[in-house]
Amino acid sequence: MNVKQAVIGQHERIPLPDLLKKFSVVIMLIILLLINAVFTRNFFSIDIVWLIIMQCATIILTGMGQTMVISTGGIDISIGSLIALAAVVCAHLLPYGVVVAMTAAILACAVMGLISGFMVGKLKVSPMVVTLSMLLFARGVAQVLNDGRILYIDKYTNFEFLGQGKIFGVLPMQIIPIVIVVALVYFIIEKTAWGKRIQAVGDNSTAARLAGINATGTIISAYVFSAMFAAVAGLVLVSKTGGADGSNLGRMAELDAIAAVAIGGTSMAGGRAKVIGTLLGAIVMQLITITVVMNNIQYEYAQIIKSAIIIFAVFIQRESRA
Amino acid sequence: MHNEVLLQMQGIDKAFTGVRALSQVDFTVRRGEVHALMGENGAGKSTLIKVLTGIYHKDAGSIQFDGKEIHAKTALEAQSLGISTIYQELNLVPFQAVYENIYMGREPRTKLGTIDRRKMIRDARGVLEGMGIGIDVTAPLRNYSTAVQQMVAIARALTINAKLVVMDEPTSSLDSKEVEVLFSVIRRLKAQGIAIIFISHRLGEIFEICERVTVLRNGELAGVFDIESLNMQILVDCMLGRAFTSLRRSKGAYGFAGAEEVVRLQDVSWSVRLNGIGVDVKKGEILGLAGLLGSGRSELCNILFGAVPPDDGSILWLEKPSDIHTPRDAIRLGMGYCTEDRKVEGLFMHLSVKDNLTMALLPQLTKNGIVQRKKQDAIVQQYIERLAIKTPSSEQLVRYLSGGNQQKVLLARWMCMNPKLIILDEPTRGIDVGAKAEIEALIQEFSNAGISVLMISSEMEELVRNCDRIVVMRDGKKLGELIEDRITMDAIMDTISQSHSDILSSRKEVPA
Repeated sequence: MNVKQAVIGQHERIPLPDLLKKFSVVIMLIILLLINAVFTRNFFSIDIVWLIIMQCATIILTGMGQTMVISTGGIDISIGSLIALAAVVCAHLLPYGVVVAMTAAILACAVMGLISGFMVGKLKVSPMVVTLSMLLFARGVAQVLNDGRILYIDKYTNFEFLGQGKIFGVLPMQIIPIVIVVALVYFIIEKTAWGKRIQAVGDNSTAARLAGINATGTIISAYVFSAMFAAVAGLVLVSKTGGADGSNLGRMAELDAIAAVAIGGTSMAGGRAKVIGTLLGAIVMQLITITVVMNNIQYEYAQIIKSAIIIFAVFIQRESRA
Repeated sequence: MHNEVLLQMQGIDKAFTGVRALSQVDFTVRRGEVHALMGENGAGKSTLIKVLTGIYHKDAGSIQFDGKEIHAKTALEAQSLGISTIYQELNLVPFQAVYENIYMGREPRTKLGTIDRRKMIRDARGVLEGMGIGIDVTAPLRNYSTAVQQMVAIARALTINAKLVVMDEPTSSLDSKEVEVLFSVIRRLKAQGIAIIFISHRLGEIFEICERVTVLRNGELAGVFDIESLNMQILVDCMLGRAFTSLRRSKGAYGFAGAEEVVRLQDVSWSVRLNGIGVDVKKGEILGLAGLLGSGRSELCNILFGAVPPDDGSILWLEKPSDIHTPRDAIRLGMGYCTEDRKVEGLFMHLSVKDNLTMALLPQLTKNGIVQRKKQDAIVQQYIERLAIKTPSSEQLVRYLSGGNQQKVLLARWMCMNPKLIILDEPTRGIDVGAKAEIEALIQEFSNAGISVLMISSEMEELVRNCDRIVVMRDGKKLGELIEDRITMDAIMDTISQSHSDILSSRKEVPA
């Protein structure tokens, strides 16, 4: 066959706008760091690095699950309530031991994720509606379990160490769940068949089915993981703050997570998942807050800036249709 | 009144980013006539209609309507001029009442400025009764069949005082009784002096209802006929362009008569598209499905691959009854399916060449759920080289590849599975000539390697060049089978255009 000559290595150029799209989150991060280098005093200190990590924990953890769900073409707006549910379940069960409490919290959220996933993947209900209902349901359960009060856990110092302790006196403990979850999701998306399927279903569900993929199961799994990562975020939060507030913990967390995914470059319509993009997106979100606070600007301005950044990110990454 | 020209489109040109969709097309419709606009997929019918109704803007040419030069810029403007379109997918609102649908956007008002529902209901009833349809106009539209919904769309067109109604495949989802009702309405409209442009892939209907026929082919005018001077044969020839019959067929005797049977579909029926059809494929043969658009070829493949459950019928795989409920089942048995529209149903446009190529093979490439990178890379590299897929790297996103290379990626997805049967629906559509030849060579390679191929192509020459046997279909039925020297363009077209009684007497059976 004369067609056998390999034609690899020949360069088809990726157009400049596509390159901008690809690295938009990196560019934004650099711009933010530059702004801080100029305007914020004492910005480049090790304390600031830890501060960012501590404050980013929730966005990064929930953002990882959100990346998986959005990659399948769905969305999960229930994670804020799942954070509260995990916190409350954990606080209630701490008398039975730290491991029992944590496991139960994660399992409870996994069941919620399973329910959401089943309704989206099998029953084909709109993900927005399903997870909106889950948002109400999980928050309601958390409040009922807490009877409207805040459960304090200050006597369980070994649990509080998870959120407040430092390894060798410097490294915040929270870095451990962050590293584990980010590494796990990166591994799933980039290295496993399951990760490929998640992205395939989100990119083109018809083609995925015709390629022999079990789309329903794939979708369900993404919601289960999103819920479990929300639970981890809830555990970190409760141990950091020393109390489980079923009414307020995790409120609006879903919005930060979705924003991080959007800034990170994962298509809101599903498809290619950008795990590192979400990680950087989460840092960008938190950096905005820190920048504003450290420069003595009112916090409300941070929200305004965030909204502009989100729109800008999604705008430059939008699909140009022929 | 008759013979008076209502619409005259002259020298219409239209191109989309360099691709010529219409070239110097003339199209004339007379007052009160039913005029068929014919052509295969991509011939330019839809583009011409969209130019007429203001959805697309012509690059050159003129449109005269009702004695005046018109330049409709939007569908609404065309509508106000008296041109109404009834689309394939009805653009009505199923949850609203019938009368609301008829008057949507131009509801009559009372003196107070509120919507005059009573007048709407009364008038809607009147219009529908005038068409011979008595239904409850206050019921939601979705309570009624597609046929009735179509009537409502027509009623809507009538209340706008349309002089010209465009019907784009109005019968595609109707059964024969409903088609009769539609036709009687069309005859009434005609009697009122309203002209109708009728687009349908069911050839029989053209002869039943239309007076004149305009045929487009490859964006050009291929012919205009009075229905009396036309028969099935001339029409099919004109649509498919029998003129260029310079083809080489290298195949000799049919060598698969005694070959092992890979798959057999028996008495398969589905919706109105398939009517008890039976087809079998032998090991290593290239079987072509020939027929016009809407003959049920793609539907047959969807059922074979488990993508759509049949209403009736059975599938034998290697002579054993098989349960194929999902594409996964079909893939496990050893099938691969390159769908007609590779962008919509085949590829993952935002994923890499590598991921696209190995998506179906993943179960065999993973160990404990982890994709074995080396094994994957080796296979991807092997097929990129073997099929000469032009890509800077295996990580390149598929959307940046040309159509031919995208098709090769899709072919490679199934080739690397070592399938027993590959189903190819329009494998060379939208591909340049060079890539076309490469893909045809590959199809031949499959056959040589003992892989059976079930192939659909709207290009008759392609079927003639490549197939060992051809099954000719029309209206979801098998009209005949062709082998050896019977595989010619003429024979295929003759079979398609033959009437049923002819087929029974002249069918050449394959020697068993």
